[in-house]
Formats: sequence, structure tokens, C-alpha cells
Amino acid sequence: MRYAMAIDTKKCVGCSDCVVACQTENNVPIGYCRDWVTETVAGSYPNVEIELRTERCNHCDNSPCVRCCPTGASHIVDGGVVLVTPEECIGCGACIQSCPYDARYSHPDGYVDKCTFCNHRVIRGEQPACVAVCPTKCMYFGDLDDPNSDVSNALKNRKYKALAPEAGTKPHIFYLI
Amino acid sequence: MKEELFVSGREIPNIDPFLHIWHWQIPIYLFLGGLAAGILFFAALFTVIGKEKEMTATVKWGTFLVPGALVLGLLMLFLDLKHQMFFWRLYTTIRMDSPMSWGAWVLMIITPMSFLWVASYLKELVPEWKWKYKWIESLLEWVETNRRAIAWVMMALAVILGIYTGILLSAFNARPLWNNAILGPLFMVSGMSTGVATVMWMSKSHSERRILGSIDLLLIIVELFFITHMFMGMRAGSEVMIQAADLFLGGQFTVSFWVFVIILGLVFPAILEVLELIGYKIPIAIPVILILVGGLVFRFIMVEAGQITRYLY
Ligand code: SF4
Ligand code: SF4
Repeated sequence: MRYAMAIDTKKCVGCSDCVVACQTENNVPIGYCRDWVTETVAGSYPNVEIELRTERCNHCDNSPCVRCCPTGASHIVDGGVVLVTPEECIGCGACIQSCPYDARYSHPDGYVDKCTFCNHRVIRGEQPACVAVCPTKCMYFGDLDDPNSDVSNALKNRKYKALAPEAGTKPHIFYLI
Repeated sequence: MKEELFVSGREIPNIDPFLHIWHWQIPIYLFLGGLAAGILFFAALFTVIGKEKEMTATVKWGTFLVPGALVLGLLMLFLDLKHQMFFWRLYTTIRMDSPMSWGAWVLMIITPMSFLWVASYLKELVPEWKWKYKWIESLLEWVETNRRAIAWVMMALAVILGIYTGILLSAFNARPLWNNAILGPLFMVSGMSTGVATVMWMSKSHSERRILGSIDLLLIIVELFFITHMFMGMRAGSEVMIQAADLFLGGQFTVSFWVFVIILGLVFPAILEVLELIGYKIPIAIPVILILVGGLVFRFIMVEAGQITRYLY
């Protein structure tokens, strides 16, 4: 099993509902967030292109954040999901330095926090909060090893890219372009 | 390809400014670790080759600084942690892949060892010194009879500690400035140079100073060579590496790096040491202080600058 997400940059309108849904679902402290939306404008009038992307931890296969963790607080669970155990984290910040996507932050309580792919929901068979709430349904979540999952289907029919693949971490958030 | 005009990136006021997660504690920690590694390495080296009589400052008195430096370094590491109550978690596991884990464990072994080393020479410094407990006496007797063997172990640990201060940074692929294999050896050589310089300052014997002066000169030359090597490697690398190198070759760290680290911290003291070796009288404090300050500034700059460099997407 390998969980992944495909995000349709042509459908995203940048409403940030996913950000708020995550904050609510995961009790993210006010002013912090585990996912965020970026906007890239390229070209000049009349040939302008805008790309909106909702970004989060890529749950990398080759995850430097797990390897550099001195305590084992950062670890990988079933489905390739990268998690942090707060009671094991010493807050050394090594994993924050190691992430090419700046997907981690220092929680006000001291430990390091990040996207969990809503593991608590997924094991109940639900979708991650951000995916469930998206008004344009631009996110597809599921098991890459299952050829009929939402994410596999989305990737089958469209061109897609991953962010900074040259960082070599094997990211698992794909952007349909 | 269209040129990107504008990237909003992210603006999370509570997160983005704090991704510079390492502040003054880490460079000081790296500096103290390197200094301690340098002093211990040469103390062990000259013990192993049987030069305790000629090199008293190197083998004995210099090491009296080490326990203090290491304890202060560990305190810095502790201050840097954000979840401090759980710091003992470092010592419930060993993670081969994590430089932070290596460092924590090496420090845990080398710090008590340096205490023993110093304690075993305390009686030579203060002849009337008496240990309160019998077991300390017998432990120190054991150290004295096995000093050679201990020196070998200490030498190996000092090398690991010295290299570790660089690898702690170089292991981060996400920070292109740090991510090069020469950083470990570079930090080790720089740490050794600060250690040798400090001992040189403490030494009262002319011949010992000469030997240490030539060693330090050699270390500085190797260091300059490694720095050149590092920049050449980055200039030949990918876009993010070139941008990282440009921070020092025209970018915001150019002046501080070239003036305080290269010229004042390496080249100028090297010239003074050469002058000293060919017979001019130079107050030893000048090159030593320059080397120490240069080493500290070097670590501050590397830690700061590295955290600016990142992958672009
Ligand atoms: S995106 Fe960052 S935090 Fe997430 S798995 Fe990859 S390296 Fe780790
Ligand atoms: S901050 Fe926590 S999760 Fe991150 S590397 Fe350190 S101990 Fe591991």
C-alpha cells in the first residue's frame, strides 16, 4: 500500500478551504498550518498563466526527515505516511532543516508538527480533511498500488509533475498540469 | 518556457520566519566541539608517539579546557532544543543515519573521558591535591597504566567529534550550501586549528610552540585548500548550489566571509606564524585570537547562510 495525492492545478481556485479544514480537523494552533496555497504567475499579458497549488508534506519515500531524526520520533507507518510522535521529539530542528519543502514547523508546545495525511481518518476509511472539503474536488487521495484508486485514475489520464524532484526525496504529492 | 513573474510563495507569519530554526547556540556548539576535538586529538597523538615530556602543554595543560568546553557545548545543544523535557530521548536509541544521534553519543563518551584525562594530571599541577574517595584514586591509577590505549581511543573519538561538527550540517540535502562532502573534513581541520592555536597560547616552551606553530600553519593551508575545493564543487553543481556559492562570491555574506574568516582568520595569522617561525618576535596572542575569532565567525556564517539556501520550485 502506498498513499499518495494528486492535485489538479487546473481546478484549484485557491480558496484555502483545505487549509482551514486541516486546522479545524487537527487542532492546529491559531496562526499555524500544515498545508498552504501558493500562486505562481508566469508570462506577460496576453500570455499569462497562473498556477495555484495547495502544498503540504510530500510523504517522501526517501525521506531525509526520518533519517536525520536522532530519536526516531519521525517515522514511517503503513502506506508510506510520515508521522512525528510528540513524546519522542526533542525539538532539535534537524528535520525542519532536512525538508526541501519546508513542510514542518515547530509547534508552540515544542515538538515538531506536520501533515499526517489525516492518518486517523484514513484508517477509518475516510478521506483526509482537505480532500473531503475541497469545493472544486481538485484533490484525489488513495493507494497508488491499487490501479483503481482515485489517485491512480487521476494520474492515468493526465500529465503531472512533482515539486523539486531534483531534491531526490521521491515526493508523493503529484500536481496534474 | 515562460519566465515566472511572480511567485506568491507562502506567507505564514508564525512559521516561515522561524524556519531558521538554528540560532546562536548551534554555531557556538560547533565551535566548542571543534576546539575540544582539536585539543584532544593532539594530546592523544603526542601521547601515542611518546612525546609527553616535550609537549607538556599539548598533552596535559591544554586538555584542562576540554571538559569545560564540552559541558558548555552540551548546554548549548540543550538550549537549542524546543522540547527540552524530552531531551533524554536522545539516549534511549542509537540512529546510525542521524548525525545528531552520533554527536550526542560521541559527546556522551568523550566528555567523561576528558574528565578522567584531566583528573589524572591534576596531581602534577597541584601536588598537594587529595581525592576524597579511594575508588577515584584507583580509577586514575588505571588510567595512568593504560594511558596509551586510552589515547588511541580518544584520538579516534576526537576525529569523529571533529568531523561530526561538519557532518551535522552537510547531511542536509535540502540546504544546498551545506550539502557537500568536504564540509566534515573542513570543520574538523578548522576545529583542530583552533585547538592547536589555543594550546600554543598556553605553552611556555619555545620548542613546543615551534612544533605547534608549524602544525597550525599546515592546518590553515589545508583549510584554505578545502574552502577553495568547496566553492569549486558548488560552482560546478546544480543551480541551487551555484546560488549558494554566490552568497559568498558577491552575495550578502561576501564581506563578512572574506574579511573575517579568510583574511583575518586564516591568511593573516598564517603570515604571522611564518614570521614567527623564521625568527621574528610576534606576540603569540595576536594570531591565536584571530584564529579563534575567525573560527567562530566561520561557524556563525555557515549556519546562517545555509539556512537561507533552499530548493526552488
Ligand atoms: S515533504 Fe518534508 S517532511 Fe514530508 S516526508 Fe518529505 S522531507 Fe519529510
Ligand atoms: S525535531 Fe523532533 S522529529 Fe525532528 S528530528 Fe528532532 S527529534 Fe526528530
